[in-house]
Amino acid sequence: MTDVGAHAATSLHFKDNTKAALADANLQNALKFVEVNFIARRREVADKLPEFEALRDSARDIKDHTLAHLDLYLEAYERRVVEQGGQVHYAVTGKDAQRIILDICRKLGARTVTKGKSMVAEEIGLNDFLAAHGITPIETDLGEYIIQLRHEMPSHIIAPAVHLTKAQIEDDFRRVHTHLPRDRNLVEPTSLLAEARAVLREKFLAADVGITGANFLVAETGSSVVVTNEGNGDLTQTLPKAHIVLASLEKLVPTLEDLSQLLRVLARSATGQEMSVYTTLSNGPRRPGDPDGPDEYHVVLLDNGRSSMLAGTFRDMLRCIRCGACMNHCPIYHAVGGHAYGWVYPGPMGAVLTPSLIGIDKAGHLPNASTFCGRCEEVCPVRIPLPRMMRAWREREFEQHLSPATVRTGLGVWSFFAKRPRLYGFATAIAARLLGLAGHARGRFSWLPLASGWTRHRDFPTPQGGTFQAQWKRRELSSSKAAQPPRLGPPP
Amino acid sequence: MTPRELILATIRRSLGVTGTEGPRQLEVATRLAGHPKGVVPARGQLPAAARLDLFVRMVEAAAGTVGRAAEPADIPATVAAFLRGHNLPLAIRHGDDPLLSAVPWARAAALEIRRGASDGSDLAAVSHAFGAVAETGTLVLVSGADNPTTLNFLPDVHIVVVNASDVASDFETVMALLRGRFGAGVMPRTVNMITGPSRSADIEQTLILGAHGPRKLHIIVVGEP
Repeated sequence: MTDVGAHAATSLHFKDNTKAALADANLQNALKFVEVNFIARRREVADKLPEFEALRDSARDIKDHTLAHLDLYLEAYERRVVEQGGQVHYAVTGKDAQRIILDICRKLGARTVTKGKSMVAEEIGLNDFLAAHGITPIETDLGEYIIQLRHEMPSHIIAPAVHLTKAQIEDDFRRVHTHLPRDRNLVEPTSLLAEARAVLREKFLAADVGITGANFLVAETGSSVVVTNEGNGDLTQTLPKAHIVLASLEKLVPTLEDLSQLLRVLARSATGQEMSVYTTLSNGPRRPGDPDGPDEYHVVLLDNGRSSMLAGTFRDMLRCIRCGACMNHCPIYHAVGGHAYGWVYPGPMGAVLTPSLIGIDKAGHLPNASTFCGRCEEVCPVRIPLPRMMRAWREREFEQHLSPATVRTGLGVWSFFAKRPRLYGFATAIAARLLGLAGHARGRFSWLPLASGWTRHRDFPTPQGGTFQAQWKRRELSSSKAAQPPRLGPPP
Repeated sequence: MTPRELILATIRRSLGVTGTEGPRQLEVATRLAGHPKGVVPARGQLPAAARLDLFVRMVEAAAGTVGRAAEPADIPATVAAFLRGHNLPLAIRHGDDPLLSAVPWARAAALEIRRGASDGSDLAAVSHAFGAVAETGTLVLVSGADNPTTLNFLPDVHIVVVNASDVASDFETVMALLRGRFGAGVMPRTVNMITGPSRSADIEQTLILGAHGPRKLHIIVVGEP
């Protein structure tokens, strides 16, 4: 089980988190953009590529193949990195990774560290750890920079500050960039970006160490691959004395051809771009004759429970390439945003991954925060069966007696009837009839016993006609009468 | 047990393998050596002229701009015209790239030429791309003294020269060319694939160009495909 560092998970308080999120006007304003922009952009760019669905199959198969041979691909990858002058460090836990990175920084006498966006760094709480040990970490992705100023976690895995409005960001910049004139104009996003660019340019040039994540690791060539739109990942790794890549084990792919397949689905699924602006393959430290680039190149490979996930129900989750499409299409995420999930990974992928990493006892609400509408699985570029795995977590939660008493009692009553189909049909028919009679005049209920959780927010419609099962039975009967007898044998 | 051994042992226990199984090793070795292609989109599979047209369209869709030069000797005039057109100082920096070094820069009077890596003070840099991908309008640049990586990211304006004949249909073609140039499994320190100028949409998802890297990306296609 992972050490969550200073970023303590609040997943246990999901229900309170959602209430706060629904009441937060700024958040609700910011979230409007997610639903509109991400979905339309992905749709448009996917429609332009006839092979997109076939590429999703290909991406899934590549990740499955790699996971099934992960030990061997890891060894092959490591050999290539070492041959090209890099060093590979293995971290069993988040704490181990923190320590390894701190040691590298200390050996170099590093004071400031620039960082490319890395969800794994968030997972291990790297910034707080480095700061506590006298090293100043500077996030350089614009979204990450903004949330670092606010001491927040990302609310989205590719758009960390998607929960904020530009007015909030302006306030933060005025609060922190006190060396700049007070009367400067920061109303437009362009002026906010220009200010961040200028402030961070100085930091890039002054940093001693650059830390990036990796979208992929290529076993064939020992490459770490970083995909960005801003170019911050490149300045982070090119300018300082050392480049540290922090990556989890499952980022591996076998070859450059496999990488090409995954790149074709990543940007399209994530931001709706044909291709992100910068895709960078890094293969070690500065070579003889190189006029720029880092003198040292380190890869910190983090396990943090993933090697155990390979064994069971949740192995498919390790295919995830962190595009964020699942949360972009999730009605729950649209309503409450990412922070409500209470830890680093929000949305459907977080609802499956977070219990694996911090325990179902701490994150049991997350797999329950789903309508099972299935849109996440429909858009997942590596076809992870997210609803099925959320259901698997619900089952485990129930088996471990972690679900609340009211839920267990309710499920008990329901299962009593469900196991007795005749009684179930009889009881639901009576209930539907009674409700139909009682609500006949108004057509709806504004209050119902045992259903106040529903009726507090909206009316409950009065049932009309028979139960679903009764109606279905009638329909089957009438259609079988009307149907032609099936034709036997091949057509003439 | 070292952390490395522990992680490998846990992976193998989870997968139910020992790591010494011949067929598994063979499958991995075969894939690494054979690097089979997956699904390659039909979009880029075009005759040379149409492929170059697609490349230009995709670059422009990614907010880059494209100019043409009939031969390397025309590059200085093209670069100077671009800089003047954007009201930029007539100064560029480039590396030791053979093509760029052979360009008769003096033909563009008043164009100041600096050489080598950038320290962040340059407004414009010129690089020579290893190749390009028509499918997405992507440039492929490799690091080294010829084309220092800092030139790709620090200047405000990045001008990239690419030979028309180096514009490939798809990523797989360029990957094969990299293998051919540097050897199987060996890579230059950095390979930069660049599609348009730097941008961010982190503030209310408003797309703005020029986040940390170049605000403008101008490509000069040299020669005929």
